Amino acid sequence: MRYCIKGGKIIDPASGFYGIGDLLIAEGRIAAVGASGTVTIPSDTEIIDAQGMIVCPGFIDLHTHLREPGREDKETIASGTKAALKGGFTAVTAMANTTPVSDNAVVIKYILNQAQQEAAVKVYPVGAISKGLKGEELAEMGEVAAAGAIAFSDDGKTLMNPALLRTAIEYATLFDKPLLLHQEDPDLAGNGVMHEGYWSTVLGLPGIPDIAESTIVARDLEIAAYTKGKIHLCHISTKRSVELLRAAKAKGVKVTAEVTPHHLALTDELVQSFDSVYRVSPPLRSAEDVEAVRLALKDGTIDIIATDHAPHTLEEKHREFSLAPNGMIGLETALGVVWTELVKKGYLTDIQLVEAMSFKPARILNVPGGTLQVGAGADVVVFDPELEWELKASDIVSKSKNSPFIGRKFSGKVQHVWVDGKLKYFNENFTE
Amino acid sequence: MSGSPKHLLGLRNMSAAEINEILETALPCKEIVEREIKKLPTLRGKTVVTLFYEPSTRTRTSFELAAKWLGADTVNIAVSTSSVQKGENFVDTVRTIEALGADFIILRHSMAGSAELLAKSVDCTVINAGDGAHEHPTQALLDLFTLKEKFGKIAGLKVAIVGDILHSRVAKSNIYGLKKLGAEVTVVGPPTLMPKEIEQLGVKVETDIDAVLKQVDVVNILRIQLERQQKGYFPSLKEYARLYGINRARLERANKDLVIMHPGPANLGVEISEEVSVHRQSVITQQVTNGVAIRMAILYLLSGGGSKDAILH
Repeated sequence: MRYCIKGGKIIDPASGFYGIGDLLIAEGRIAAVGASGTVTIPSDTEIIDAQGMIVCPGFIDLHTHLREPGREDKETIASGTKAALKGGFTAVTAMANTTPVSDNAVVIKYILNQAQQEAAVKVYPVGAISKGLKGEELAEMGEVAAAGAIAFSDDGKTLMNPALLRTAIEYATLFDKPLLLHQEDPDLAGNGVMHEGYWSTVLGLPGIPDIAESTIVARDLEIAAYTKGKIHLCHISTKRSVELLRAAKAKGVKVTAEVTPHHLALTDELVQSFDSVYRVSPPLRSAEDVEAVRLALKDGTIDIIATDHAPHTLEEKHREFSLAPNGMIGLETALGVVWTELVKKGYLTDIQLVEAMSFKPARILNVPGGTLQVGAGADVVVFDPELEWELKASDIVSKSKNSPFIGRKFSGKVQHVWVDGKLKYFNENFTE
Repeated sequence: MSGSPKHLLGLRNMSAAEINEILETALPCKEIVEREIKKLPTLRGKTVVTLFYEPSTRTRTSFELAAKWLGADTVNIAVSTSSVQKGENFVDTVRTIEALGADFIILRHSMAGSAELLAKSVDCTVINAGDGAHEHPTQALLDLFTLKEKFGKIAGLKVAIVGDILHSRVAKSNIYGLKKLGAEVTVVGPPTLMPKEIEQLGVKVETDIDAVLKQVDVVNILRIQLERQQKGYFPSLKEYARLYGINRARLERANKDLVIMHPGPANLGVEISEEVSVHRQSVITQQVTNGVAIRMAILYLLSGGGSKDAILH
């Protein structure tokens, strides 16, 4: 099937194409891109009017918890990738903290097999760094990489043994796969359940100080600088971390970093409802921190936006704040949040959004995608930047509904998505 | 009450007028408490459930007596923390209690925000009897009542709150109430037990207890819990007692009219010496008696009671 997406604003950081034009998809690939009228449209091509829309490479989420295997009551590869598709993502990772832990080839192969049968978008499994996420000895990274893992991470847990971290960074250079590192010192975090500051004082909830994150950031940056290895810092949330990261990048440390839509949009003040939907790791931070991570994304200190999509059941979440698990879903709202809070408010340009959600994640993970260059696989998203909408719980397709954005209004909504040239989502509807 | 709030969850979001209404309603209640025959028919047919997830003698008994003297039926439920950790679901528990016919649920819980969660989960009236380090509104109201009784008014009073401010719901509710009624508040304690940005609540933060006690009219001494030492907030109870314990020697160096308060239960010999606890400047037993009057006033007002004098008829 051939498609021509006509008259939209095409944004492709890979080629530098930026402007109104037409995009031709044929045989699963990008066949032509050009200014309006310059693309020859063969007969038998479905024409899709994209006037007023933005056309860009499909989003790639570097940080997704699909929960399968083990917690299929929260999410499955099928339901999680459907949520991804609806959010404009054409590829997601599958984080390693599954049950059993994704620290061996068998689990990686299981995930790839399930994905092949059921996934709506591409799934890139992440292998654990340490066996059982215990932080004691390295997992068989070579076996796991050979089975198809595209990165390594103990996400959810910090590698607290710095010698093991050093070894992991050095060993991972063999496979040229990034290490995605969780950033929180569990001793400094203690029994904390929210950001430590004015609001934790008012609410009487145990606080997690910002230094629980930044001290680990400082340590990891030092070890990366020493080993000359490559690291990626997960969900950066504080001003202190941003300052350390900026200095390390200036010195040439090979580091990339992500921030989540919720840390870009929400502050700790929301916890005053005591609604555990606002409980997340790292915790929602102060307004000053939110401003710092926004500016860091704008100036490139933080490279990408990743959702840290973390589904939990209603039963787990509907209880005392201190007993509820950490995590929020994010795939279906990422674009709306980023467009509304960052592009409309002048923090990011539309090109920067595409870089942060598509182009750069593909480069960090070293996977295809993030490009509209002729010949590339046609992973394409078309979204309406002006369309206003409100998130309703009943519209969420993820198996879990733990979104902090229910009831919020956004502008920017995904209209159509192609994965490898297949039109999988059209006019806000799934095609299969 | 004005605008008829349904629950009493904390003082942070209450107005000075609402607080004063409770304090005024507690006056006739105190008369009842001092009568020989105390029983009134005001809440006849109503059921008051005390649901306590933490051990407590005085608060629970105080609520129970307040409810009984107003004619309500009372049921006391004590839940061990272990059953919570075993996964007994709080929301399920409170829905069950409501279905059994509770009109009021009075909740004590070790976790901040539990009273809000309860209020969202049931239709009956919720009174927060202390939730984690969040709020303990009835304690603060009885403290305010006691101060008003002693000094005639709260405005202009200088009050020091001493001890573990970080983990104290009593400190927080007292700060809100005292500030709303115009008192000056100083919090005193070791820096490790001082929460972040506490000064944003409009209080002065000090570490030198002796200097503060010379300047204030009232000292409210918080209970220090043994487990704080185990978690390393200070090296030993002995050292805490030396640095912050209020004993006779310290009292003699203080403002000679200093009024001593303690929400109880006290660790005698740690944060307060036995001698000071029963000193003529101490109002600790008045606090306990006033607690019943305040809780009667709250039950009465939350049940939709009319004017403050109507309670007697």
